[in-house]
Amino acid sequence: MQEIPGDLKFMKSHEWARVEDKGTVTCGISDHAQGLLGDLVYVELPSVGDTVKAGNACAVVESVKAASDVYAPVSGEIVAVNEALPDKPETINEDAYGDGWLFVIKPDNLAEDQEELLDPDAYAELIESEDH
Amino acid sequence: MTQKTILNDTHRALGAKMVDFGGWDMPISYGSQIEEHHAVRRDAGMFDVSHMTVVDLHGARCREFLRHLLANSVDKLKASGKALYSCMLNEQGGVIDDLIVYFLAEDFFRVVVNASTRDKDLAWIEKQAAAFDVKVSERPDFAMIAVQGPHARDKVLGLLTPEARAKVAKIGKFVAAEGDGLFIARTGYTGEDGFEIIVPEKDAVSLWNRLMDAGVAPCGLGARDTLRLEAGMNLYGQDMDESVSPWEANLGWTVALDEGRAFIGRGVLETQKAAADHRVMVGLVMDDKGVLRHGQRVATPQGDGEILSGSFSPTLGKSIAFARVPAGAAGILHADIRGKLVPVRVVKYPFVRDGKPCEGV
Repeated sequence: MQEIPGDLKFMKSHEWARVEDKGTVTCGISDHAQGLLGDLVYVELPSVGDTVKAGNACAVVESVKAASDVYAPVSGEIVAVNEALPDKPETINEDAYGDGWLFVIKPDNLAEDQEELLDPDAYAELIESEDH
Repeated sequence: MTQKTILNDTHRALGAKMVDFGGWDMPISYGSQIEEHHAVRRDAGMFDVSHMTVVDLHGARCREFLRHLLANSVDKLKASGKALYSCMLNEQGGVIDDLIVYFLAEDFFRVVVNASTRDKDLAWIEKQAAAFDVKVSERPDFAMIAVQGPHARDKVLGLLTPEARAKVAKIGKFVAAEGDGLFIARTGYTGEDGFEIIVPEKDAVSLWNRLMDAGVAPCGLGARDTLRLEAGMNLYGQDMDESVSPWEANLGWTVALDEGRAFIGRGVLETQKAAADHRVMVGLVMDDKGVLRHGQRVATPQGDGEILSGSFSPTLGKSIAFARVPAGAAGILHADIRGKLVPVRVVKYPFVRDGKPCEGV
């Protein structure tokens, strides 16, 4: 299991969010989530310019086993998507917190939305409790 | 309560991801499901299938009983050790289960049925057996390991004593032989050559470890599912059940309408066959990105159908599926994936044979 980087925030549904210096939010699914899904074979990304709402589904990742919705951690506008993923979805398995990022959001209400997210310790505790 | 096979601790020690499978705690994969799939297509892999149910039938009227019980004809079994795949039907022609029956002696046949249908299968077999004085004995004292792949047979043969090896090396496809205390059948559920080995529980862990030492890769039920789908093999519960007849599950090749044999469900099957308007099961390939899944709607000019088994094919690098559609649906159909209609091609299956994509797929 990959170590959880300290600058990430998490949703209970296993998405991660990283606030970048310029104020945008990069999002992906956690290393724990990719482990549960197994080998990823398909990614459906939102389009740049889409408006997304925190807690709503805005992408889909599919492994051999199952399809899973990906929820937006914060509300805002999609300003970038990881174009390399549709051809190499296994990147999420290999590097969930790095090259496996899914999309970038320009947030509307960052301060407010962020309060709903878990810090790395709280997320680690959550997945620990799910395992038992 | 969740049941465990004798190999449960072995799977966990190997770091397997475990899931509930029909009440059994089973490994879905030990790492990458796709790599396990390729190991079987290219070399050799093994599966713990000890959750499957072995049932021994004893009695002078065994063959007569099986003529009545099964839609395929046990009269095809003439030499000891020979195996037959068959459906077991209810009175309405619906599939109670699919199974393999081995002919060992006129008064001794062995049947292997699915794990998820164990209770209803045993109840049905016992109920039908009473009239034939056939004794039905489940064999929970056995474990089962399937070793599959182009190099599977050689790796198994290398572990046998010279006497057993000489015997087992000779058996043809769909034949079983006994040696070294093992019941070794040249059968499988992957589309590759190999063996399914019925082994006394007390010897199962050591056999598993010896196979590992011989270079056989442990593989989980995830890989088993994509392998059998590529090979065009049905999964009970997903591709057929008691509401579906063999004609509707593309299992007509396993139904023997031989003269004068009154097997259970025969009347309904004959009526359906004559009417020829029943739904049919077809193979689908999707060239677009995405994955076909069980339960998705399939739109055809003849009306709606549905995806049965659907998954990603590691050998083809795209999604494949079985679908049940109205008679006459062919060519390009459309699968409803999250509200989007995606084109899918109807193809003849198996999708993959001997490690290679089949023509037209």
